Amino acid sequence: MSKTPSNGLALELRDVRKSFGKTEIIRGSNLAVKAGERVALIGPNGAGKSTLFNLISGRMAPSSGEIVLHGEAIHGMKPYEINRRGLARSFQVSNLFPRLSVFENIRCAVLWSMGERYAFWRFLSNLNEVNRRAEEVLDMIRMRRKRDTNVTNLTYAEQRAVEVGVTIAGGSNVILLDEPTAGMSKSETANFVKMIRDVTEGKTLLTVEHDMGVVFGLADRIAVLVYGEVIAFDTPENVRNNDRVKEAYLGSVLAENQRAEAQAAEAAGA
Amino acid sequence: MSANTYSFRPYNVGRLVLWSLFAIVLLVAPKLFTSSLSMTMLTQMGIAVIVCLSYNMLLGQGGMLSFGHAVYSGLGAFAAIHTLNKVGAGEWGVPVALIPIVGGLAGLLVAVLLGAVSTKKSGNTFAMITLGVGELVWSMSLMLPEFFGGEGGVSSNRVVGTPALGITFGPQIQVYYLIAVYCFVCTVLMFAFTQTPLGRMLNAVRDNPERVEFIGYDTQRVRYFAFMIAGFFAGIAGGLYAVNFEIVTAEVVGAQRSGAYLLFTFLGGSLFFFGPIIGAVLLVLASVLLSELTKAWLLYLGLVFLLMVMYAPGGIASLLMMNVRVAAYGMLRRLWTSYLALAGTALTVLVAVAVIVEMIYHIKLNEALGPQMSFAGVMLDTRGTDAWVGAMLLLATGVGLFEVSRRQFVRHWGQVQGDIEAEIQRREGL
Repeated sequence: MSKTPSNGLALELRDVRKSFGKTEIIRGSNLAVKAGERVALIGPNGAGKSTLFNLISGRMAPSSGEIVLHGEAIHGMKPYEINRRGLARSFQVSNLFPRLSVFENIRCAVLWSMGERYAFWRFLSNLNEVNRRAEEVLDMIRMRRKRDTNVTNLTYAEQRAVEVGVTIAGGSNVILLDEPTAGMSKSETANFVKMIRDVTEGKTLLTVEHDMGVVFGLADRIAVLVYGEVIAFDTPENVRNNDRVKEAYLGSVLAENQRAEAQAAEAAGA
Repeated sequence: MSANTYSFRPYNVGRLVLWSLFAIVLLVAPKLFTSSLSMTMLTQMGIAVIVCLSYNMLLGQGGMLSFGHAVYSGLGAFAAIHTLNKVGAGEWGVPVALIPIVGGLAGLLVAVLLGAVSTKKSGNTFAMITLGVGELVWSMSLMLPEFFGGEGGVSSNRVVGTPALGITFGPQIQVYYLIAVYCFVCTVLMFAFTQTPLGRMLNAVRDNPERVEFIGYDTQRVRYFAFMIAGFFAGIAGGLYAVNFEIVTAEVVGAQRSGAYLLFTFLGGSLFFFGPIIGAVLLVLASVLLSELTKAWLLYLGLVFLLMVMYAPGGIASLLMMNVRVAAYGMLRRLWTSYLALAGTALTVLVAVAVIVEMIYHIKLNEALGPQMSFAGVMLDTRGTDAWVGAMLLLATGVGLFEVSRRQFVRHWGQVQGDIEAEIQRREGL
């Protein structure tokens, strides 16, 4: 579907900016994600993580700057044009086809990549390649048992799994996941992270995540976004020890935890 | 409602049986209903089935609320009748049996042109544009009498050209079978469409256009292609209309016609493929039979539509399928007493409402005939108080009893649904 350019970068952001009216949300973000790398994007609420995802996936066009996918500038393209070039994203709130079954949801996401386009002269049931791929994805996201269930009748965690399934089904090699585990219980999260690891094997992954356990367990590198700027982009150990990050984000998260613990201890003591 | 869980079955016996039944019904219907009135209605039903199914391609499958579908069937009808006249004049050599295809191609062409504008947007904007386009074509029909025939319309004669196999299309029965064949083939083709990649992506666009863009599809294209295909089938229906009536007037492109397609497709049920077929049958029954029976037929229709939108937005098809589901779990017999009570009380309300409506219409329209009015064989005095008080009492009693049986029904229905869920759980556990 796409070649990796000589510099080995799958996705590159060069001084990307985005303003809404007079407010600049993304203020010159730079990021260079290597092919096959797993990157977690972290940062406080309102830092612009979702906006950045929207810019990369074509939901919005950046005000200025360049976004390069496999060596090709994609900023300003329509979402489907970007998707056809090998980038797929998931959404923070499950964004599926509510009146279709799990299998049909997945199959819709397979069709374009298998070259079926707008065909109305072939039956879906005869598209062996497409159906095989859809069944395969069904197994990968462990939803075989709910194959023919309407997606609105699924549990929250199951819907999140289908969300990931629809994202990866088209075989894109750059995957953007927007808070895939948000709202899940601890045990659900552990299984889910393992599943994400499996389905993105060999692909480039960029994921927004709040759960630091997930971040440090999954990511090869971590990008820290604060007020629309990438203030650090490094290995998990280095990010953890980075003073600027501590001050701007992790520090406050840790302090928050400590304060909560202290309060709990006080309450228990009293 | 788990209405649309499409399943993938390469070989489907049930489906084969249903299609065979449909073909048999089309084949034997004129043998069972032989009067000329029923012949007229059957031919119109065949045409209406095609146009309502084509409309549902937009409404039910694509989530596109069009207020101007008659533009495509209507212009198809005009193209067909002009072609018929050319054939009659010996200028063109199109066999009469293929005239509906000419209508279809005209519908397609119009949809290619107007659809490029209409399908740029979805939702409310799409609905507004179709309304505007409909008005535009309607006003053109007044400005271009050369094409639209002005007040009198364009008339023609379908017995033209060289008859193939001795079929002249003179007798109505021959026209019926022409329509029946088109109806069957078009229905099969439109069903087949729902099983193709474009058909499924159309569902996806209906459900969530935003996400479709992130799995590689241009939603505008999906809508545009579906719009063109719907226009083609609508045009075929228009072509059949021209052959059947041998006259086409400007009202076939009008908003009232578009409104009827919308209303009856919805009434039949837009969530299921076969819903619009029910709608089409009702469309003809209402516009031919009900309009003969009473002057207030549009009022009754409006009431039915209102109740349907409020209480059964899935239309008759979904009511049917919900009961099929209950029957599949062998629980329908638990509901029949509730249904009987519901039907009895509903009938009472209906009679009371009808008496009141008919008396009002009598006073307003038939004053000259005197105060006496016959309602289902009973003479009523519209000037006396007896009839009015009686009707009001009947209405009050009917509504009261209906509400009681409705509550009982809702309770029973809930119990049955609960038991079905439990049964499903049990089967899953095995």
